[in-house]
Amino acid sequence: MSKWSLITKGLIKDNPTFVLVLGMCPTLATTTSAMNGLEMGLATLFVLVLSNIAISLIAPVVPDKVHIPVYIVVIATFVTVLQLLMQAYVPYVYATLGLFIPLIVVNCIVLGRAEAYANRHCVLDSALDGIGIGIGFTLSLTVIGIVREILGNGSIFGCKFIPGDGILAFVMAPGAFMVLGYLMVLFNKYLKKQ
Amino acid sequence: MEFFLIIISAIFVNNILLAQFLGICPFLGVSNKLSTAVGMSGAVCFVITLATVVTYLINSYLLVPFGLEFLQTIAFILVIAALVQTVEIVLKKTSPSLYQALGIFLPLITTNCAVLGVAITVVTKQFTFGGEAHMLNLGQAAVYALSTSVGYGLAMILFAGLREHLAQNDVPESFRGLPIALVTVSIMAMAFLGFSGMV
Amino acid sequence: MVLCLAGVCLFCSAILALVYAVTSDPIRKASEQALAESIGRVLPEGLELSERRDENGMEYYVGTRDGVAGAYAVKASEIGFGGPLVLMVGVLPDGTVYNTSVLSHSETPGLGAKCGTDESFIGQWRGFSPDKVLKVKKDGGDVDAITASTITSRAYAKAVAKAVEAVKTLESSTGNKEGGQKNE
Repeated sequence: MSKWSLITKGLIKDNPTFVLVLGMCPTLATTTSAMNGLEMGLATLFVLVLSNIAISLIAPVVPDKVHIPVYIVVIATFVTVLQLLMQAYVPYVYATLGLFIPLIVVNCIVLGRAEAYANRHCVLDSALDGIGIGIGFTLSLTVIGIVREILGNGSIFGCKFIPGDGILAFVMAPGAFMVLGYLMVLFNKYLKKQ
Repeated sequence: MEFFLIIISAIFVNNILLAQFLGICPFLGVSNKLSTAVGMSGAVCFVITLATVVTYLINSYLLVPFGLEFLQTIAFILVIAALVQTVEIVLKKTSPSLYQALGIFLPLITTNCAVLGVAITVVTKQFTFGGEAHMLNLGQAAVYALSTSVGYGLAMILFAGLREHLAQNDVPESFRGLPIALVTVSIMAMAFLGFSGMV
Repeated sequence: MVLCLAGVCLFCSAILALVYAVTSDPIRKASEQALAESIGRVLPEGLELSERRDENGMEYYVGTRDGVAGAYAVKASEIGFGGPLVLMVGVLPDGTVYNTSVLSHSETPGLGAKCGTDESFIGQWRGFSPDKVLKVKKDGGDVDAITASTITSRAYAKAVAKAVEAVKTLESSTGNKEGGQKNE
């Protein structure tokens, strides 16, 4: 597989949100606006790339029996590093995303890529795989965020272009499930056409 | 009274699945059949309550006194992983029937973000009851964890029942599988919004 | 096997301790800066700010001009819809609200969360006169509530009222003393 396709596969073919259906919790919870979705996606991308690199380095020396706990510890370390950095340099973002930053540890995407890819590929490939899947996740979250923000608030990235209050349900919990469901339908349709 | 408020709020008002979006992956994964949904709910109930009590103790007697709060995430996830393993081994030895009912779900629970989510929420968030904001004490934390997981089970079992009916209906092709399930959850979440403001 | 796991744990904790040591200073600074910014927003410009003081369980800062209290920034909290709503309220000595700023809240996005962004709601606090009643219009007061978020608006008004009340007590106890000093 060429290096370029490692990066692009996360967009459509192995899209973590719409095709693999992984990491649903942050996808639903943090996409109340386009900006929040983008920030959450980038946070996950950061952890994903670093943990993929680290795991592809240590995988050969880790005994098979304890590999899952070791991977979890490695991922948790990067998540905590991210937590501390965010608290120090972007405290406002940390305050909005809140609980869902530490919860990246249990995001199935990160452990899933470690298990399915990084532990049997070289460092460069693993890093590219992390970038590809991470970008796919970031874009999906941003798209969901954009749709919810337009419908719920009449704005994109905070720029208001429809006056009034918007349809509140889309900013709240039911809208998250509904937007994800309908976007998944569109995605399925598109995949079938190809 | 405070326990009553915590229970109602955790089960209905702030339902962990439909309002807080924690533990969605297993929720979508195992809610195909009512029987597996019941098994999963039981296992989650058990692990969340146990894990919350243990992590609460670790946090207040180990991490906070030594100023190690930055190790919270890593310590909690290790404790949860170890706990799940122990529960699995103990159940296998002592109660084979219970192990058969819950066994296959246990390994999945380590990466269920509901467990870590509740453990972190309990030690970081202020709760409001009786007109003031408090941190939870151990008893309240245990009650909160138990009622949250009851809320998880309630939503899961209700949804599994709906999904069994859904499977027999003629659904447009692109909606089959998860999309129609998500739209159904959305309507359920809307129903649960009716509870908001109750407490 | 166990050794490997223990080794990884130790190594990771060491890395974290290092990162913690590097970031703890910026984290503290960031939170101090956030507090200072919110105080700056709610007080008139050109005041000399005092250290943090506590009175009746409320945290407050006094802005003085030439030794006379020109305004107070009071941290006030109240239970909102989703949890505690914490405000920084700037109050002039006569009880007029100068400005308010939200420090933290857990209100519903798109509804109560507008208390931090909705200009028509925030704007009404600037120069809120002590003659007006600090209650939402539904309860017979003079505060315009956020659409569909009466509980949040009620909590906001209550927190502001608490701050104004605290300043009134402060003024009646210390105001005379400081006034006396000026006469000397």
